[in-house]
Amino acid sequence: MSFDWLKRGLARTVCAAMSFFATMLMTAPASAQTITAVMSSGLRVVDPVVSSAAITNVHGYMIYDTLLGTDAQFKVQPQMAEKWDISPDGKTFTFTLREGLKWHDGAPVKAEDCVASIKRWGEVDIMGQVLMTLVTDTKVVDDKTFQIVVRTPTDVVLSSLAKIGTRTAFMMPKRIAETPSSQPIKENIGSGPFKLVASEFKPGIKVVYEKNKDYVPRKEPASWTAGGKVVNVDRVEWVTMPDDLTATNALLNGEIDYIEAMPYDLLPMVESRSGFKVEVLDKLGLWTYYRFNFLHPPFNDKAIRRAAMHAVGQADILNALTGNPKYHRTCTAIFGCDTIYASNYGSDFLIPSNPDKAKEMLKEAKYDGTPVVILHPTDNRTVSTQPVVIANALRKAGFIVSLQSMDWQTLTTRRASKKSPAEGGWNIHATNGPIVGITDPLRNQSVATNGERAWFGWPDFPSIQALRDKFAVTADPGELKALAAEVQKQVIDEGVVVPNGQFVIPTAYSTKLTGILESPAALFWSAKKAR
Amino acid sequence: MATIPVIGVVAIIVFAVLRLTPGDPAAIIAGDAATTEQLQQIRIQMGLDKPLYVQFVLWAGQILRGDLGISLISGVPVAQMIADRIGPTLALSTSIIVFSTVIAVPLGVIAAWRQGTLLDRWTSAFSVLGFSMPVFVIGYLLILLFSIELAWLPVQGYRPPSDGFWPFLSRLILPTLALGTAYIALIARITRTSVLEVMGEDYIRTARAKGLKENSVLINHALRNASVPIVTIIGVGIAHLIGGVVVTESVFNLPGLGRLVVEAVLARDYPVIQGLILLFSFAYILINLLVDVLYTVLDPRIRY
Repeated sequence: MSFDWLKRGLARTVCAAMSFFATMLMTAPASAQTITAVMSSGLRVVDPVVSSAAITNVHGYMIYDTLLGTDAQFKVQPQMAEKWDISPDGKTFTFTLREGLKWHDGAPVKAEDCVASIKRWGEVDIMGQVLMTLVTDTKVVDDKTFQIVVRTPTDVVLSSLAKIGTRTAFMMPKRIAETPSSQPIKENIGSGPFKLVASEFKPGIKVVYEKNKDYVPRKEPASWTAGGKVVNVDRVEWVTMPDDLTATNALLNGEIDYIEAMPYDLLPMVESRSGFKVEVLDKLGLWTYYRFNFLHPPFNDKAIRRAAMHAVGQADILNALTGNPKYHRTCTAIFGCDTIYASNYGSDFLIPSNPDKAKEMLKEAKYDGTPVVILHPTDNRTVSTQPVVIANALRKAGFIVSLQSMDWQTLTTRRASKKSPAEGGWNIHATNGPIVGITDPLRNQSVATNGERAWFGWPDFPSIQALRDKFAVTADPGELKALAAEVQKQVIDEGVVVPNGQFVIPTAYSTKLTGILESPAALFWSAKKAR
Repeated sequence: MATIPVIGVVAIIVFAVLRLTPGDPAAIIAGDAATTEQLQQIRIQMGLDKPLYVQFVLWAGQILRGDLGISLISGVPVAQMIADRIGPTLALSTSIIVFSTVIAVPLGVIAAWRQGTLLDRWTSAFSVLGFSMPVFVIGYLLILLFSIELAWLPVQGYRPPSDGFWPFLSRLILPTLALGTAYIALIARITRTSVLEVMGEDYIRTARAKGLKENSVLINHALRNASVPIVTIIGVGIAHLIGGVVVTESVFNLPGLGRLVVEAVLARDYPVIQGLILLFSFAYILINLLVDVLYTVLDPRIRY
């Protein structure tokens, strides 16, 4: 019996099916004018006051606007504000809003909205809290004008309202801004260049923004968060992909346009192909550091902290982190290298690893063999390698080390525990953060040393706090630099925080995109997409 | 009715185990820069500072009213989150089961019928290979071939059927092939063994002696009598799919329930985890019930 007819029929069916599929693929809906981006994490919390997560702050830049912006030269520039005036005694700041500002629900932006927004943000943000200790009055003069009165001349009013990094001072309608700062907001109404498409928002999966056609951008060119926020696309979609390789394949296949944080090990896949660009958009990058717990032995002893600081070198940590010197640099500046208050104090012993010296210091300090508990998050790729290198360096110096592996969420709970390490506490934890969020003694919360109220580790050094307080009420640039340098010296001498260097994370995107802004935050205005 | 106490026990165990696990949803909400004070404020606002038994009573009361609660992280009702995510998981599970059964059962029957031939050996070899290779390896190989090299199919994502049949289907093909391979291997192997067992029975010889055609002997006599273990393994397969889709949904970026479980566990989003586990428990019980009912249809001798 011959089956030729069956074979021919099958061959025809397969060919027809393949051509049908190919046609369907070629005629798939065009995604022009929609930028599809894979961000560094999924957006789950949308309130930029309640959450200090970086992704929530970037979301804030999409739908909200700021009174002031910061340009690439670290200068404060007007954004929603048309201008500001400072009284001759330097204590009254009068802000006048631009014409044509509207909330996404169509209502005009008023001065009372801005005052309510500043108050809510000021309850939570580290810079906002400093500002609020200086403010004696906030007055709404008229719909377009309001005043902030401070008890002494200060740079903090402008620098805090223009803050980039975490918990930026975003403006919201008064009815939303009156939500207590510990409770999440219920509406997502801003006045920014994009609107959130609420019907398409799936927390942790997908966020869709559409162009705010009523937005009136400034005339100046865009520079970081200052200048004109000109939107050139109809939509921006953030898609969360839990698997880095899948995201990279999707970029190569043209299904997405942009990967905000490209893993170092997958870079060759993109770099070897045409049609894609790999670029570091946040030139300042991040700093990585570790923190001692000051409440418990052995690091409640300054001499033992100093021994540990001599043991751990920056190069080993950075090599383990990025594996490519192109993306990291040694740096001991606690306010970031290449910033206004950068200082290299401590580089002689923080950059190299010196286990012999550390061993000697440990002996002099009479270390009794108390185990050092280091928290090791295994699921956070920018923090998972540092504890391993630190543990190895400390062991070489003679410390008894217990490296305890856990997921990042367990770590965030564990590090908040003030109990002894034996009862579920800790001795060292490492993390990282954006440089733009630490550029002076006020915004770098890891240098706050107000004991129980300080960030995890709870150092208590009134002299450093006094310097920070003085920094807040100083306006002279020279004096500010001197104060910052002294904070750096005391922080390093006491081991309040131990910088391990800086690194940058490359962004990969299709060459169909142009006008991608260099900035410490991922910004989507100015970007264009070829049809 | 017997399922209600089972679900109740599952609910209590899940609640207790979750609360004993270290982790804090407040830390997720507040972010890395939060201070101890801010974390405590958020815990109070979410009711996580209350004693465990109070939290359990509140949650149990909600469940009895049919309310799964609200996500601690996103503030979205858990029922809505499940409704948003169930589509991709149902589509993937259905396509895997249909695809695997349609391929594996005939393959197993033919392998048994032609025992010892090249086809039988290939089927056995495929079963071992398909069952041994991790799903994510198969997934990446399929992506490399069909998406990157041939550019026939998308790498990732999900489109609902309302977006069109091809956009919907094209995104299911690779994940179905990736996870379906293991199921084909499993079902084909069991089918072969079961059919081989009955092929030696007297009634098969009698059927042949009566002059019945071979396909009638195979389908009406051999397969029917071998179907109880096959249905059992398909039922077990469906139940195990919930675990399998976690990996598949991650590799192919399908926004389904598998990914939601992982996200909720990592974020310690207690109401979402509890809601999902209750749903999965219910699904397990329902599948077992359906399998039991099918036994009585396939083999009238079975009575409960």
